[in-house]
Amino acid sequence: MAPTDPALPLELAWGCTLAWVALGVLQLFTGARSLYYAASALVGLALAGIALAALGKPAQAMIVPLGLPDLPLHLRLDALSVVFLTVQGLAACGISLHAAGYFRSLDPATARTVGLWYNLFLAGMALVVLTDDAYAFMVAWELMALASYFLVTTDHAVEEIRHAGFLYLLMAHVGAVALLLAFGVIQGGQGAYTFDVMRAATPSPFWAAVAFLLAVFGFGAKAGLVPLHVWLPEAHPAAPSPVSALMSGVMLKTAIYGLLRVTLDLLPSQPAWWGTLLILLGLVSTLYGVIFAAVQSDIKRLLAWSSIENIGIIVTGIGLALVFRAESKAGIAALALTAALYHVLNHALMKGLLFLGTGSVLHATGTRLMGGLGGLIRAMPWTATLMLIGVFAIAGLPPLNGFVSEWLLLQAFLFTPGLAQPYLNMIIPVAAAAVALAAALAAYVMVKLYGVTFLGQPRSAELAHAHEAGWPERLGMLWLAAGCVVLGLVPMAALMLVAPASQLLLGAALPVQSGLLLAPLGAERASFAPGVLLAVLLFMLLATLLWVRLAYHSRVRHAAAWDCGYPEQDGRMQDTAEGFGQPIRHVFDAFMKVEREMPDAFDPKPRYRGATRDRLWILLYTPLARLVAWLAEQAARAQHGRIQWYLFYSFATLTFLLFFVSR
Amino acid sequence: MESGIALQLAQTLLAVLAAPLLMGWVNACRAWLSNRSAPSLLMPYRQLRRLFHKDVVLANQASPLFRLAPYAIFACMVLAAGIVPTLMNDLPFSPAADAIALVGLFAMARMFQTLAAMDVGTAFGTLGARREMFVAFLAEPALLMVFFTASLIARSTALPTIVDVFAHQRFAIYPSLAFAAVAFWMVSTAENARIPVDNPTTHLELTMIHEAMILEYSGRHLALIEWAVALKLFTYSALGIALFLPWGIAPVGDWTGLPLALAALTLKLAMGGFTLAVLETLNAKMRLFRVPEFLGTAFLLAVLGMLVHFLLEV
Repeated sequence: MAPTDPALPLELAWGCTLAWVALGVLQLFTGARSLYYAASALVGLALAGIALAALGKPAQAMIVPLGLPDLPLHLRLDALSVVFLTVQGLAACGISLHAAGYFRSLDPATARTVGLWYNLFLAGMALVVLTDDAYAFMVAWELMALASYFLVTTDHAVEEIRHAGFLYLLMAHVGAVALLLAFGVIQGGQGAYTFDVMRAATPSPFWAAVAFLLAVFGFGAKAGLVPLHVWLPEAHPAAPSPVSALMSGVMLKTAIYGLLRVTLDLLPSQPAWWGTLLILLGLVSTLYGVIFAAVQSDIKRLLAWSSIENIGIIVTGIGLALVFRAESKAGIAALALTAALYHVLNHALMKGLLFLGTGSVLHATGTRLMGGLGGLIRAMPWTATLMLIGVFAIAGLPPLNGFVSEWLLLQAFLFTPGLAQPYLNMIIPVAAAAVALAAALAAYVMVKLYGVTFLGQPRSAELAHAHEAGWPERLGMLWLAAGCVVLGLVPMAALMLVAPASQLLLGAALPVQSGLLLAPLGAERASFAPGVLLAVLLFMLLATLLWVRLAYHSRVRHAAAWDCGYPEQDGRMQDTAEGFGQPIRHVFDAFMKVEREMPDAFDPKPRYRGATRDRLWILLYTPLARLVAWLAEQAARAQHGRIQWYLFYSFATLTFLLFFVSR
Repeated sequence: MESGIALQLAQTLLAVLAAPLLMGWVNACRAWLSNRSAPSLLMPYRQLRRLFHKDVVLANQASPLFRLAPYAIFACMVLAAGIVPTLMNDLPFSPAADAIALVGLFAMARMFQTLAAMDVGTAFGTLGARREMFVAFLAEPALLMVFFTASLIARSTALPTIVDVFAHQRFAIYPSLAFAAVAFWMVSTAENARIPVDNPTTHLELTMIHEAMILEYSGRHLALIEWAVALKLFTYSALGIALFLPWGIAPVGDWTGLPLALAALTLKLAMGGFTLAVLETLNAKMRLFRVPEFLGTAFLLAVLGMLVHFLLEV
């Protein structure tokens, strides 16, 4: 296809990625300063603005003569890219602001490389969304993966972190190989690797299915779908907090973007079983993620598991959209896809916020293990208040943003009007039960996270010296928290952003409504007005407060906590994170391998240790690792250091190849 | 429209004012059933008045969240009471939230309650919070499933539409609703801290769930929480009536139906309260780790109701 006019928003977006690259290189050579991170944040803001300016306009394409000869970069900005660029820009703005404060404590040498990789990471993620040919896509994908690998291993002196980094790199590349194969299959030997050529290709149903499965594997490994999730709870805690926020909030979403791009844009038709498969994978990830989140005692590990849950919810929504599309129920398919994309936006903001808040806690206290925290609401009121917003949002409480996307998804689940397969009719509403269960468990997880970390009495004496986060950090968190509130109160804004993408992928979109009432399928079916709800709630709160003050009194006496009259109490008598998660461990015993060490009752120095391990690791990955080790051992037998044997190998190979040439 | 808003306010006010009376009625029934002489029906009002007049004794380490929580819980419950149709259907505020948002409101009140319980940092407070969340993570999805069953029949999650369909449009027997009703009853006992899940009159710390969370509260804070508890019971009862016995709720604008609606509501609440008292007298509180079985059964019944809907009613 001939290149269309290189129109302005796309050029500007490309300019933003270049600006990030330039900022990275600048930091490598001149040393990192907070100002540079503030500039990165501005670039993020600009990117979001540019993407929003392109909203509703026709797709734009351009060719940048960069790369290998005859393989220029194809770039394209369409409705789907707009959604993900906005997500990236908005999240990157808040996270970079936080990073401006957070990275100040790095030593100068590390700060230089971190500055480089941080900005290259941002540029790579934006580029993934902008590319329009498989070659450039893979380059951007690898740039993103490698930059994040170097960021994860910032503290490479720690052995555990090197280990986590290796696992991450391994999974990233296994996934990348699958993606390469997927693109190869779709392209089907036509010689060109632009997405336009792939859109025009018509692979047979078998090869389309192969491409789809490869894409699910490749993108699933990046997104952290169970059972490809194992790297995620290792890598997220290892990385510095703003990087964790970027990885979880933004990078996982590029995998969702890729899945949507390949499945709904590049492949011509989607049979219903693709959707069923995605629903199944999504629900398993959702439940598995949230159950494991409930038993973690490391805050970042808990958040990482919670990301697995949220990715599961998004993938479930996409699967639901595919099922409805296959049944030609475009309207409800659009509802499901809107819910999924809305959740992409929400999760980027709320998980970013929670990781940033954890970073501030880590800086102030030196630990992210909940066993040593507690009572931080008094030492860090800003962080605690902003974290409370994030916690309420991710627990899916109205009127914040997390609730709206879950509400839309449940609506999509409920209105299964006479699908052709009767089993789907029954299974789909029952699958909604799994989403409901996950939502309730997510609230459990978040009460545990917030209550143990920020509330109660400090569990160690050092917490008295905990200090509040600096202004850049606070601003970054404030930005994301404000996003959570606005997206919750004005869901129309998100629907407007998502509607063109839904139109592009499914040929249908939710009608964009104005006003206060959100009623995706008609007000008599379901409606929700978050703004009204909050206004009345606040009014009731103030009215009650005023009434109690005026009608009675506001006398307060301060005293020691009563605690049923038990005289001796200190911070160590509160529930620990392990204790708070114990009921979940008890109920879902079958999923995890629990190791416990109980001290003897008369032990003078009692030490309790409890650990839960992922059974999938033991069932799937350990045998795989053993197999690879065994194969490597077998291959090592052929290596014995004698030159004549190596000459023989070369001779045999040449003869073998000659056999092909002579045919 | 103005009359609609006035009626909305009146209905909400009725719920707020009548909620302690329902609590008093249940307590009186329980007393009669166990051969005690019953306290006055107005006893809960007197207790609230007494608590409001008392000073608040605040733990030294309490944060602002601890003081905000009672007001937030109370406001959430008033809001929930305003959404559920009790006297008249389809009032102006009801489109603001459907059944799923109602569950969200309950969840928000619970979140404030558990966080406040953990705020002072006593052993019993955190224990109560943990148990409350443990019960809730099983009860909340079961409640949602009950709503799903009803909404699949009515093809809507909006409560006014559900009431309208069940009370005024079609008269049919829905076996799925029977399953859902039993599940709803089981969930309500758990969510309202009643026997067999929790004992509302317990004074033994180790068995408490709800009481353990509010041990540190006193004075007006405690009064607001106690009132919110009564309001929650009232709202759940009204919800059960709206879903399973909606006859009598007047359609919007039907002023003549209003006295009848009031009479029907009073009768149904009195019956419901008496049944609750009977079941509480006959049952004993369960061990905490039997609760998952109890609520798991409720969840299963709700799912069964949904499957029955697809097998028999579509």
